[in-house]
Amino acid sequence: MSVAEFFSMGGFGYYVWMSMGMALLMMLSEIFVLKSQRKSMLKQVARVIRMEKNR
Amino acid sequence: MKINWFKYAAPSTFYPLAGKIIPFFAWSALLLIVGGLYWGFFQTPELLSDQKQYYRILYVHVGSAWMSMWLYIVLVAWALIGLVFNTRLSYMMAMATAPTGAIFTFLTLWTGAFWGKTSWGTYWDWDPRMTTELILLFLYVGYMALQSAIDDTRRSDKASALLALVGLVLIPVIFWSVNCPDPNQCAALHQQSSMSNIEPNIRIAWLVTAVGFWMFSFMVILMRVRNIILDRDQHTSWVQGLDEVRK
Repeated sequence: MSVAEFFSMGGFGYYVWMSMGMALLMMLSEIFVLKSQRKSMLKQVARVIRMEKNR
Repeated sequence: MKINWFKYAAPSTFYPLAGKIIPFFAWSALLLIVGGLYWGFFQTPELLSDQKQYYRILYVHVGSAWMSMWLYIVLVAWALIGLVFNTRLSYMMAMATAPTGAIFTFLTLWTGAFWGKTSWGTYWDWDPRMTTELILLFLYVGYMALQSAIDDTRRSDKASALLALVGLVLIPVIFWSVNCPDPNQCAALHQQSSMSNIEPNIRIAWLVTAVGFWMFSFMVILMRVRNIILDRDQHTSWVQGLDEVRK
C-alpha cells in the first residue's frame, strides 16, 4: 500500500480524516487549555498572596 | 485494612494525589489510543478494502459515543454524592467532568455526521439516536451554563447537580433508541449496536481506542479538578503554601 493510497482511504479520505482530525484537534486543545488555565491559576494564587501580605 | 475515604474527600489531600496519578493516565491513554488506531488502520487492510474504508470513522465514533453517555452517568454520580454527603470535592468532580463529556458528545455527532454522509448519504437526520445525542450535548452545555450563571458556589453546585440528576432520564432513551426490543418499532436510520457479530480485528481497534478515551478522560478530568481546587481554595493556607506557587 502506497502513502497516497493510504491517505485516499479508497476515496473516503475526506470523511475519515475530517473525523480523525477533529478528534485529535479537540483532545489536544483540551490538554492545552487546561495547562494554560493551570498557569494562570497559579499566577492568580501568587497575586492573592501578595495582596493579603500588603493589607 | 480500613481506608478512610473521607480523608481523600478533602481537596488538600486529593490535590497532590491527583497530581501523582495524572501521568499514569496520560501514558496509558497515549499508548491505548495509538495502539488501537494502529491496529485499526494497519491490521485490517484486507477486511476494509475498497468501498469499506469509511468504517475507520467508527474507531473514533464508538469510543466517543460510549464516553459521552458514560461521563454523564459519572457526572450525575458525583452530583448525587455531593447532594447526599455535602462534600465539596464531589461537586468539583461533577463540574470537572462536564466539559470533557461535552467534547466527546460533540465528537460523536461530528464523526457520526461524516459516517452518515458515507453510509446513508446525509450528514444529519432527525433520527432518534442523533436527536437524543444532540439533546445530551445541550444538557452538558446547560449544566455548565447554570453552574457559571450563579455566583454563590454552594448554590450553583446544588442547582446544577439537580439539573444533571433530572437529565439522567435521557441516558436510557439514548441507549434504547437503537437497541429497542422490537426492531420493527423503532424506525431508526442508525444501525443497532452489534458488538458480537463484528469482525474481531475491528472490534479490538474499537475497544482499545475506547479504553484509551476513558484513560484520556481520567487525565483531563483530574487536570481540570486540580484547576478548580486552586481556584476555589486560593485563599487557604495550604494552596498558598504549595511549592508550585511562585511567591
